[in-house]
Amino acid sequence: MLLAVSNVTKSYATGEGKLQVLKGVSFSLEAGGSLALTGESGSGKSTLLHLVAGLDSPDAGEIVIEGKNIVGLGDAQLAALRRQSVGLVFQQYNLIPSLDVAANLAFHSRLAGRDDADLRAMLTERLGLTGLLDRYPEQLSGGQQQRVAIGRTLAARPKLILADEPTGNLDEATGDSVLGLMLQLVAKTGAALLMVTHSERLAARLGSRIHLRAGQLV
Amino acid sequence: MYTNSLVALLSHWWRKPLQLAMLLLGLSLATAIWSAVQAINDEARASYARAAAMVGQDRLPSLFAADGTYINQAVYVSLRRSGWSVSPVLEGTKRYGDVRLRIIGIDPLTLPAEARQVDVVAGGGGSLREFIAQPGLFYVSAETASALMDEQTPPLRIVKSVPPGVAITDIGQAQVLLGAPGKLSRMILSPQQPLVQVPLAAAAPGLVRKEPPAESAMSRLTDSFHLNLTAFGFLAFAVGLFIVHSAVGLAFEQRRSMFRTLRALGLPSRSLVLLLALELLTFAVVAGCVGVAMGYLVAAMLLPDVATSLRGLYGAELEGTLSLRPSVWGAGLIIAILGTFASGLQGLWQAARMPLLAPARPRAWALASEQQILVQAIVATLLLVMAGGLLMFGTGLIAGFALLATLLLSGALVLPLLLMLALKAGTWVSRGAVLQWFWSDTRQQLPGLSLALMALLLALAANIGVGSMVSSFRLTFLGWLDQRLASELYVAGRNTAEAETMHDWLVPRSDAVLPIWNTEGEVMGQPVLIYGIVDHATYRAKWPMLEAMPNVWDEVAAGKALLANEQLARRNHLKLGDSVRLPGGHALPVAGIFSDYGNPKGQVIIANDLLVRFYPEASRLRYAVRVAPAKAADLADALRSALNLPEEAVIDQASIKATSLKIFERTFAVTAALNVLTLGVAALAMLASFVTLSGMRVAQLAPLWAMGLTRPHIAGLELLRSLALAAVTVLAAIPLGLGLAWVLLAVVNVEAFGWRLPLYIFPFEWLKLGLLALLVAGLSVLLPAIRLMRLAPADLLRIFADER
Amino acid sequence: MNAKACLFYLCLAGPAMAQGFAGLGSDSGGFALPQEGTVLNFPQDHGPHPQFRIEWWYVTANLHGADGQSYGAQWTLFRAALSPGEGEGWQSPQAWMGHAALTSKDSHHVAERLARGGIGQAGVTFTPFVAFIDDWKMASKSAPGADEIADLEVSAAGTDFAYDLTLSAKGPIVLHGQSGYSVKSPEGQASHYYSQPAYKVSGQITLPGGPVAVTGQAWLDREWSSQPLSANQSGWDWFSLHFDDGTKLMGYRLRDSGAGFSVATWIAGDGRAEPQAPGALRVTPLETARVADHDIPVRWRIELPGKGINVTTKALNPNAWMNTQVPYWEGPVTIEGSHQGEGYVEMTGYQ
Repeated sequence: MLLAVSNVTKSYATGEGKLQVLKGVSFSLEAGGSLALTGESGSGKSTLLHLVAGLDSPDAGEIVIEGKNIVGLGDAQLAALRRQSVGLVFQQYNLIPSLDVAANLAFHSRLAGRDDADLRAMLTERLGLTGLLDRYPEQLSGGQQQRVAIGRTLAARPKLILADEPTGNLDEATGDSVLGLMLQLVAKTGAALLMVTHSERLAARLGSRIHLRAGQLV
Repeated sequence: MYTNSLVALLSHWWRKPLQLAMLLLGLSLATAIWSAVQAINDEARASYARAAAMVGQDRLPSLFAADGTYINQAVYVSLRRSGWSVSPVLEGTKRYGDVRLRIIGIDPLTLPAEARQVDVVAGGGGSLREFIAQPGLFYVSAETASALMDEQTPPLRIVKSVPPGVAITDIGQAQVLLGAPGKLSRMILSPQQPLVQVPLAAAAPGLVRKEPPAESAMSRLTDSFHLNLTAFGFLAFAVGLFIVHSAVGLAFEQRRSMFRTLRALGLPSRSLVLLLALELLTFAVVAGCVGVAMGYLVAAMLLPDVATSLRGLYGAELEGTLSLRPSVWGAGLIIAILGTFASGLQGLWQAARMPLLAPARPRAWALASEQQILVQAIVATLLLVMAGGLLMFGTGLIAGFALLATLLLSGALVLPLLLMLALKAGTWVSRGAVLQWFWSDTRQQLPGLSLALMALLLALAANIGVGSMVSSFRLTFLGWLDQRLASELYVAGRNTAEAETMHDWLVPRSDAVLPIWNTEGEVMGQPVLIYGIVDHATYRAKWPMLEAMPNVWDEVAAGKALLANEQLARRNHLKLGDSVRLPGGHALPVAGIFSDYGNPKGQVIIANDLLVRFYPEASRLRYAVRVAPAKAADLADALRSALNLPEEAVIDQASIKATSLKIFERTFAVTAALNVLTLGVAALAMLASFVTLSGMRVAQLAPLWAMGLTRPHIAGLELLRSLALAAVTVLAAIPLGLGLAWVLLAVVNVEAFGWRLPLYIFPFEWLKLGLLALLVAGLSVLLPAIRLMRLAPADLLRIFADER
Repeated sequence: MNAKACLFYLCLAGPAMAQGFAGLGSDSGGFALPQEGTVLNFPQDHGPHPQFRIEWWYVTANLHGADGQSYGAQWTLFRAALSPGEGEGWQSPQAWMGHAALTSKDSHHVAERLARGGIGQAGVTFTPFVAFIDDWKMASKSAPGADEIADLEVSAAGTDFAYDLTLSAKGPIVLHGQSGYSVKSPEGQASHYYSQPAYKVSGQITLPGGPVAVTGQAWLDREWSSQPLSANQSGWDWFSLHFDDGTKLMGYRLRDSGAGFSVATWIAGDGRAEPQAPGALRVTPLETARVADHDIPVRWRIELPGKGINVTTKALNPNAWMNTQVPYWEGPVTIEGSHQGEGYVEMTGYQ
């Protein structure tokens, strides 16, 4: 099992008291597998994704990545996990504005210490970024930025790819081809993909699917 | 509508109290230092004016006894009865406990209005009867009064118009207290003289008329000191305005969407600008008032040091207390308002011209293009060319100051380019993703930080520049003192007979008694002191010569040449060998040029025989005495008691030097305090910038965190960034500061005082200053860095959340 | 004229004495007070009376130049004592003030001198009679044994004028009030007061335009006192008039909230003085002019019915303003009406 989530609960303090976002969520994902996470807005999808990425800690439950429970790890260990094992594709891309496209693409892989120029060249080509390498994020369209963000994650070859609506800003054809690329790489490298999406069509292309409603899997 | 809109605009500050605090603090600090310096200068000037105006000596001519002694009162009466409007004055010093009081006796009834310090006749806190009748009155300053509190003096009346250390009393009282019954020191000539008069020579022979000095020698001398203070004050104010500019600019930028909303809701553009101006005005008035009050405290704190410096340096008496001059404080407030608007003008302009429908670009301000940096660099270059032109073709003090200004401005404007180049270089040489990101990200922060860094640069450069000037001045001055005060004792008689008696008494008891006789005359159209000296090893070995012919002393001793001081030489472009025509038509070539600091007038030295031959009327009052240093003090005491001389008739070299040294240290205390204050303002500017930027940084830093950098790591990088920027700024400040020092020493000083000081460099001081700047930079980013470190994951996550 | 000296005194003495005239009136501060029945004694009484607070030697002259113009000249020496008596050198409590003025139809020149007593810069001696301050003096030219003030030489100089006049008395000294005891208010304030009203004058005046030889007539007033004014008196108008028929009139009115207190002495052609009852003299301002920010009457009606006098006076130069430390108006006038003639008027206390 690459990822095993069991009985995870999470609540946030709000103005009106405690808001229970996740109410005992359990699921697992094997290496080479892909899982679509769907649900209404506010159902807790992003929170679940952030917990799995080690950006935040659950109130209770276990999150085991590559056999290691990440709940209760320290700041530095979580940072190492994010650097080495997890790759995040944000909905808002979150590129680094001061770096050009080439540097952004290479950023995470260099942080992880496994920069592979050939892989990057391949990704650049497959993602249609060839002419954009010396541009800066603010000079790119939303779709272009999204492709850079995906490329950045894929170039780092993480074990677990976490993606939040990664193709939301792409047209249907490009979105399909980008998703295909992601699935192909996951299969080839033995990684796993957990993807948050609204799209039934995209969810159907993934290996399996779970649906969140009001903090619980249904 | 207006109230609502204003409340909406102001709500921004409510939510960003730190930004508001920065703005107000920056503005009030700037105003404080500026007002403090103005207040000190103003106080000093008023003091000089009072001292100079002492019984009219700055404006009215006086009659003195030709032989330098007292005038008999009978001479006064006979002059009055011959139709001369003169008023008697008796001056002298008397010791009361530890206080050496200068007593000035006047006759209030005949004293011309121009010479009146205290209006005894019209009241002024006393009455004529009390003034005249026993035991009389002393009109003194508050400071003198407290010093004299426990002494047996006549009743004291405190008046503002009398300088410290001076008491004005009735001439009758003065004659009794000074033991000079029936004697006068001088008579003031009223500007109004009757139509019919007996000629002066017939009415009262043996008197000489001395005109008041064309300008106050004191203000001239102390100008250099006040110049320093003013420069600092101005600089601190400019640095403060950088803070205001950046705070106001940021606030305008952050409220762009609010402006747009207000406009969309129907607030006319003109009204918006009006409201913003009102907001600025409020800040300016509040901060200006606070600043003025703080300035008063700063001035009150610094004034005693300033007073000590000036007293020791120039003998200028300055009250250690500050008076509230409405003019200074009002000016402080106005300057605060003008400064605020100057800093906010850009924002107001943009708010006025902002299109209604442009998209909100909150980061636009921070993302100013490299193009702007290049434009600034081009302007800087043009300014530098202008500075060069000023240096080559400009003359006069104004040109000197213009040179300073262009140099500083040019330095400040070119700084962003230098920083950008340094950061680019950093990017090129660094491997590793994080380092590369670090350099490029720093480059992107540059526009937001460059104003603060410019402020830091100016503060540092000023510190280096003024510090170098003061320290160079100190070194040079002390060295010069050593040379100039080569003799162990200096004695002065009150009249020629007394001086002769001193001379005769000293000759068998010392190694040498060297005359320092002099006369005053016009040389090359300027009043010049002409000294006569005898040939002696003292001069040959020690005289502070800047340039001299090889056999200079032989030539001078033989009466074939003269020495000119630097001031005279510079003003008239004299070179060695040039002929100088002395009063009476005697012409001699210049055989040497010597340095002569602290004296604005020209000076000429010739052989003493020549002086006596050319100018038999030359004053023969002073001598320098050579004696074994160990015996000097005893000899001085013996001379005083043998001839019953006052304390000041004999001065020993060691005490002059000790006093000078002490004064210099006090002077540095003031300079150091101002240095710290200016740096403090610059530090605040940096703090303000970092704090305001840090709010916008979270969004840029969150992805790094998500990709596996820990928060302490990121905070450390932020700290490193500010240190790197400060380090580059320090490096840039050193040449700029040296340039500044050079201009001050070689241009401004020459124009203002006629002497040029050698520039000494003090690398250790730079090192200290550099470390201080790094400390300042580190401290200024500490708060944002700590905040970043403590940032909850939830706050970072918000960046990635859907709802954003 | 008393109040002027009073103001002078106040000016010198400072705020300590500024409580008001009442204070002066009631408190003589150790000074001697004028006594009714005092017999004046010459030449001693030509000299100073340092036990009294104030005193003056006051000459006014109506002059006619060789150039056909009329002129007026004033020479005054005031003495004010800070305390009674004399002192050594600068310790003397006596202060002296000189006023000199020269008036023509269109110019008025003023000079003022101040001096301390005790050092020889100013003072008065009675044998020979000399009153001086600085280079100004009024010195006796009388033959030995004759009245010391019968023949005088009077000189003064300012920055823009000078004069040197010879005065020769054509009549006797006139004692005002009761043998020189002159009452100034219903409350009894009084002074010792005598005049020499009948000088013939010759001499030379110097104006910015040059010297002018002059002749004319002059009037000397001598007065000393210690308690000059009553509390409610605000100023006065004083007149010394030479009529063409040889008679003369000295009159003054001390103004108060009511009708004022007027006193006059009529002097016959032979110099015989007839002091008039208080209130017999009536003076009425007819026309005022704005002079140095004060409204000054420049034409007066003067009536002394008992002597058939009903005249108007007109200022030779309305701007005869004495811008001295204590300012006042003093200048020559011409007389029309029941009598013709000329004289001098002094006015103080106008706002």
